[in-house]
Amino acid sequence: MSDLFLAAEASDTTARTLTITLFLVFVAVTLGITIWASRQTRTATDFYAGGRSFSGFQNGMAIGGDYMSAASFLGIAGLIALYGYDGFLYSIGFLVAWLVALLLVAELLRNSGRYTMADVLAFRMRQKPVRTAAAVSTITVSIFYLLAQMVGAGALVALLLGIRPGTTFLGMDADAAKIATIILVGALMIIYVTVGGMKGTTYVQIVKAFLLMSGALVMTILVLAHYRFNLSTLLGDAADASGKGSAFLEPGLRYGVEVAGDSAKTFYNKMDLLSLGIALVLGTAGLPHILIRFYTVPSARAARKSVLWAIGIIGTFYLFTLALGFGAAALVGQEAIRAQDTTGNTAAPQLAQALGVDFLGGDVGGAALLAIIAAVAFATILAVVAGLTLASSSSLAHDFYANVVKDGQASERQEVNVARIAALVIGAISIALSIFAQDLNVAFLVALAFAVAASGNLPAILYTLFWRRFNTSGAVWAIYGGLVSAVGLVFFSPVVSGAPSAMFPNHDWQWFPLSNPGIISIPVGFLCGWLGTLLSKESDTEKYAELEVRALTGSGSH
Amino acid sequence: MSTDTPAPASAPPDRYVAIQRSDEFSDLRRALRRFVFPMTAAFFLWYALYVILSAYARDFMGTKIVGAINVALVFGLLQFVSTFLIAWLYSRYADRKLDPLANRIREDLDGPAQRDGAESEVTR
Repeated sequence: MSDLFLAAEASDTTARTLTITLFLVFVAVTLGITIWASRQTRTATDFYAGGRSFSGFQNGMAIGGDYMSAASFLGIAGLIALYGYDGFLYSIGFLVAWLVALLLVAELLRNSGRYTMADVLAFRMRQKPVRTAAAVSTITVSIFYLLAQMVGAGALVALLLGIRPGTTFLGMDADAAKIATIILVGALMIIYVTVGGMKGTTYVQIVKAFLLMSGALVMTILVLAHYRFNLSTLLGDAADASGKGSAFLEPGLRYGVEVAGDSAKTFYNKMDLLSLGIALVLGTAGLPHILIRFYTVPSARAARKSVLWAIGIIGTFYLFTLALGFGAAALVGQEAIRAQDTTGNTAAPQLAQALGVDFLGGDVGGAALLAIIAAVAFATILAVVAGLTLASSSSLAHDFYANVVKDGQASERQEVNVARIAALVIGAISIALSIFAQDLNVAFLVALAFAVAASGNLPAILYTLFWRRFNTSGAVWAIYGGLVSAVGLVFFSPVVSGAPSAMFPNHDWQWFPLSNPGIISIPVGFLCGWLGTLLSKESDTEKYAELEVRALTGSGSH
Repeated sequence: MSTDTPAPASAPPDRYVAIQRSDEFSDLRRALRRFVFPMTAAFFLWYALYVILSAYARDFMGTKIVGAINVALVFGLLQFVSTFLIAWLYSRYADRKLDPLANRIREDLDGPAQRDGAESEVTR
């Protein structure tokens, strides 16, 4: 028994050393790229939009790198491993959502905007109120998303580096290591963004997308090889190992749970599932850090190509998550996964270890594959936080500072300097918030970011592109209406108070029964935009003509 | 060098109004909307059907097809297939129908400038 324990300890140390080495290599390479990119960054267009010099394929990879966050890689694999089929619902919503971006938003936004989402929203409106509203919502969405990633990084590090309660690493216990990781991740993302701008950030995301796809592909092949490429055997084995039988392969273990004898609870659970579904599919096209990626290519046609590549890359990745999740359920087992992390976030790394032991020769092989996948997970988190920081600091500098505070009179140099300072400030704020928010659920924060994006941003974007009558008042109403209803409903939901799993389990001000607000707040956003428009007489036919002609033809595009 | 240097001398506002009211532009707008609106409705309803069945038709979704593979899994995978298919259809339609119309109007407005339109023709 003690021999076994010692062997496990030894392989832990190997894995830890390897993880740290690989992670440092990734950091060194990306910092090198960042410094190289900073020498190519002269104008505001270079800083905000990477000089609009990326190809459709490069941007497609970068979109993948920006989009496939820790929630996708670790979160979905974990959900599938613990709850079976229901984790797959996330994959589908996250993928189908790209059609909204492809068909309705990407090209029109690319043609009519310059650096930020607000460029399009404010195009034919009074600048100050619309840009202020858009900056508020950009920063709100990005901070929720940032928190999710950084809390995820902190939660993972203790597990991935093998620090258990009671043991220490470099003299730090688990809590100190978490905080150190959050600060390290935050500091790195500030460097990527302030030094490398959009160019540096884009290359970091491309490298990360390549690493993540390769890692997931290798694991998928190994899982399938274990089952001699018979999907049915894999699923059957996962279902048996879960102890839930065929229910594990059907919807309903996690979302839309049927509570026998409580029809109200059952009804709310099902509504919650629908609400999550709608927020996932409508959120993507309202995420500011995704929208600004369309500005990094030279034309609308290239923007279209980049979304096509992104759909291919992201779709393939989500197919891999099926094999990873069910593979973890079958080969690692729920008991072992829950013992490491009750939310399942470590299922994918644990699967890597099991596969390494299986295929690469015992404990050392297991430690090696674990180390590689752990380093990939860190790379994933780093690339996403850099994209988010860039989106929010761009909006703060370009929308709020240059166009609201300075009335559009700021010089390019001033604007970019403010963007760099903003990245520093936003980075510092998210480091501080993440340290206090360590106990929040990662998946919830991401789903909330999607709901806020779908409620606050998407209605205004669609109205401004397709509705002639839409005006300043409508835009402001749409953004604040959607934003306030989404955040407000979450505040009064069981996620925040009045439930054992809530943020404040000992308080109860909960009255809204759903944990995802989308099914109410998204219609509220659309309704507010419509009502606000009708309540104002303003209407600028000439500016709408200019917006529509430019959006559809690319005339005069930047 | 960035491609963002001075946008071609912007057309005066009333030219945009004239273009917007032209037959050519109406054709472009109709061609765009005729594809994207019905397609958006279609994929949204198809996705909504999937989510609603997941919530309310558990027995149907749990029906076994082959071995451990059930309707829910196949339905989910079909969402992937439909997403890839719609993306491919749109890209074909945009390349063939929308780009030529848009390029013609842009050249009217901006002159046959060697901008991205010309570039993307080359990189094709």
